[in-house]
Amino acid sequence: MEITEIYNKLKDKFGDSVKDLIISPPSDAFIAIASDKLFDICLELRDNPEFDFDYLMCISAVDFSENLEVVYHIYSMNKKHKVILKVSVPKENPVVPSIERIWRSADWHEREAYDLLGVVFEGHHNLIRILLPYDWEGHPLRKDYKEPETYHGMKVPY
Amino acid sequence: MGLLDRLDNPYEAGGIILGTIEDVLNWGRSRSDWYLHFGLACCAIEFMAMNASHFDFMRFGIIPRATPRQADFIMITGTVTLKMAERIKVLWEQMAEPKYCISVGSCANCGGPYWQYGYHVLKGVDRIIPVHVYVPGCPPRPEAMEEGMMKLQKLIDQQAIFRKRQRLAEEEALKEK
Repeated sequence: MEITEIYNKLKDKFGDSVKDLIISPPSDAFIAIASDKLFDICLELRDNPEFDFDYLMCISAVDFSENLEVVYHIYSMNKKHKVILKVSVPKENPVVPSIERIWRSADWHEREAYDLLGVVFEGHHNLIRILLPYDWEGHPLRKDYKEPETYHGMKVPY
Repeated sequence: MGLLDRLDNPYEAGGIILGTIEDVLNWGRSRSDWYLHFGLACCAIEFMAMNASHFDFMRFGIIPRATPRQADFIMITGTVTLKMAERIKVLWEQMAEPKYCISVGSCANCGGPYWQYGYHVLKGVDRIIPVHVYVPGCPPRPEAMEEGMMKLQKLIDQQAIFRKRQRLAEEEALKEK
């Protein structure tokens, strides 16, 4: 199934929560989604036999200074088609519903996005840091991050 | 050091080998070093080649140990992150004296490619534990690690065992003059 077809079917079902289909070659086409309906849309993508998306390839987060964007790459092993969803949330309150209950692979991906960019995934069963030490302050991949002077008495800058 | 030369010609000196006890002890110490390997990144991969038959690290008389309590020196091979730095310090403190440290690769020496933007990297393992030999390279070839090992053996060979404090004080006094 082509992404335009997927987009139209989602648009019919979810209306304004499915925002735009953006096609700009050579980058992959993606669908912009409102964050409040993300869980329902993902559940539809997995459980509707027409879509049959059974594999979440990756979740990544991007810092756009005012907004944080979360990108989902989803693939269907049976139908061999792929869709990219993007959710944009304000940086002051970066809350996105967790889809960990739909695809288990989202568990660690969401923890990583929380660890490095501070996206809060609502409904995640164990949203703690995955790479950095638990007592680390701040989210280092944000553009306005300042590295600490010391960590546990060790000097950090060169 | 003179000891091995006498082994080649044992009858000349009536079958007697002359040397200081310190030399003999240091010779034994430097040629039976047991090590704790702390592999962290690609340098550890190079170190595996070092251990394999082509370069055969064990011909230096060293044996890998799984616990710091049995190790004479620790090899830090790779990028020391702040999270791991605390573990390295604990291991170093668990080792028995006399103990040595070889830092392998640019990351362990000074932070390597992470020196500027590596918010998570300790810029040199010598900020937490003393380092006796630095092996440069990114990653160093096994030959470089061999040279580092020989440097450590030389360092141990020259160490004072007897009247250590007195001799060190004399050396200090000479330096001050």
